[in-house]
Amino acid sequence: MKRLWIACLSLLLLAPAFAAAPLPSDSIYQLGVKLTDQQGHSWPLSERRGRVQLVTMFYTSCTMVCPMTVDTMKLTRKAIDEPARDKLDLLAVSFDPARDSVEALRRYADKRQLDAPHWTLARGDSQDVRALSALLGLQYRQLPDGDYNHSTELILLDPDGRIIARTSIIGRLDPTFVEAVRKALATG
Amino acid sequence: MGTFVMRWAWLIVGLGAAAPSLAANYVPLPGGSFASVIAADNKTAPAQIAPFRLRTEPVTNAEFLAFVTAHPEWRRDRVASVFADGQYLSHWASPDTLGADALPRQPVTRVSWFAAQAFCQSEQARLPTWYEWEFAAAADAHRPDARGDPAWRDRILSWYTRPSNTALPLVGGDPDVHGVRDLNGLIWEWVDDFNALLVSGDNRDQDGADKLRFCGAGAANLREKENYATLMRVAMLSALKAADTTNNMGFRCARPK
Repeated sequence: MKRLWIACLSLLLLAPAFAAAPLPSDSIYQLGVKLTDQQGHSWPLSERRGRVQLVTMFYTSCTMVCPMTVDTMKLTRKAIDEPARDKLDLLAVSFDPARDSVEALRRYADKRQLDAPHWTLARGDSQDVRALSALLGLQYRQLPDGDYNHSTELILLDPDGRIIARTSIIGRLDPTFVEAVRKALATG
Repeated sequence: MGTFVMRWAWLIVGLGAAAPSLAANYVPLPGGSFASVIAADNKTAPAQIAPFRLRTEPVTNAEFLAFVTAHPEWRRDRVASVFADGQYLSHWASPDTLGADALPRQPVTRVSWFAAQAFCQSEQARLPTWYEWEFAAAADAHRPDARGDPAWRDRILSWYTRPSNTALPLVGGDPDVHGVRDLNGLIWEWVDDFNALLVSGDNRDQDGADKLRFCGAGAANLREKENYATLMRVAMLSALKAADTTNNMGFRCARPK
């Protein structure tokens, strides 16, 4: 009985300590940007903390690589067995805040069957999007016709927002990357 | 009582008068259609640059010290490693002292892109875009665009032969036709869209299977190959990550018109 009481007490003591643990210095959640999702909810980037994230950047009117990027994220998720699969969040942030309104993101999610809660499509202010891309090591540039040149990568974040793996293999599964996702979910 | 009020009013007026001399100086630049080394459409289209204001001088060590004092999260001993590498401000004597290797009027260097952005935000500004920077740097003392002059090119190229281990000169070179100083010949400078230039150190991304990494028209093609000095800037910026610092990379800020 006494042992149980001590166990409960330590849980009580530990739980708040974990919630308030300072962010690691190398966490991308150090970046104080705000994003808005396809359902119109706004939240600080750091709200993603606590779950493993598969992150990319894209824009909805992109016709070449971006659909394949989304497909590759779907494939990667499918390659993870239940129940670990449900612990994985998928986040795609738009390069194109001018055209990718909440409504545009919602339409895209519907069309591509990117279901909440595990899929989040998000937009942010152009300055915040630039900072996030810099943090993730992605490149993008708007062309005069409104399209974008951009690099395409899938990036894996641990629950504290540290980049633990990345791949530029798009259109098929990257076995090394899938293994990294599996491992992150097992420990995360 | 009346005297008391008057005295304080005087003090406030006095402070107000002193402020402009402490504040950074920004001057208007017209922008317009500009033949950049990076074509807007990766083919031939000129850049379209809206009128903007540019800081006349790069940010100095003294100014950056005032910034980290007011925003201690940017001190080198407190900054998050995701925002600045281990060499950030490492030439300063301590996190809040400049010392002999960082004179107050030397341009600040060893600052990351994130730190530069944060500084600019603190004076209600941002980093210039690459097009804005290149547009401004095309000027000499008499012409807004001196790039066609071989003598101008030679003068700028000669700077790149200066050994990078010699002490940086002080800020305050001769003003150009816009009143801007030290764009060429002092330091490398961060730009807002440094990760938009799409010219990687090695160009393997543009060929073969990795072509898919770039949506749309693929990696940018460089023009004006004879403008070698400017192309080196592009190559340098493209090779850096946002948390990187180097002993020659500083910055200045810009504002909308």
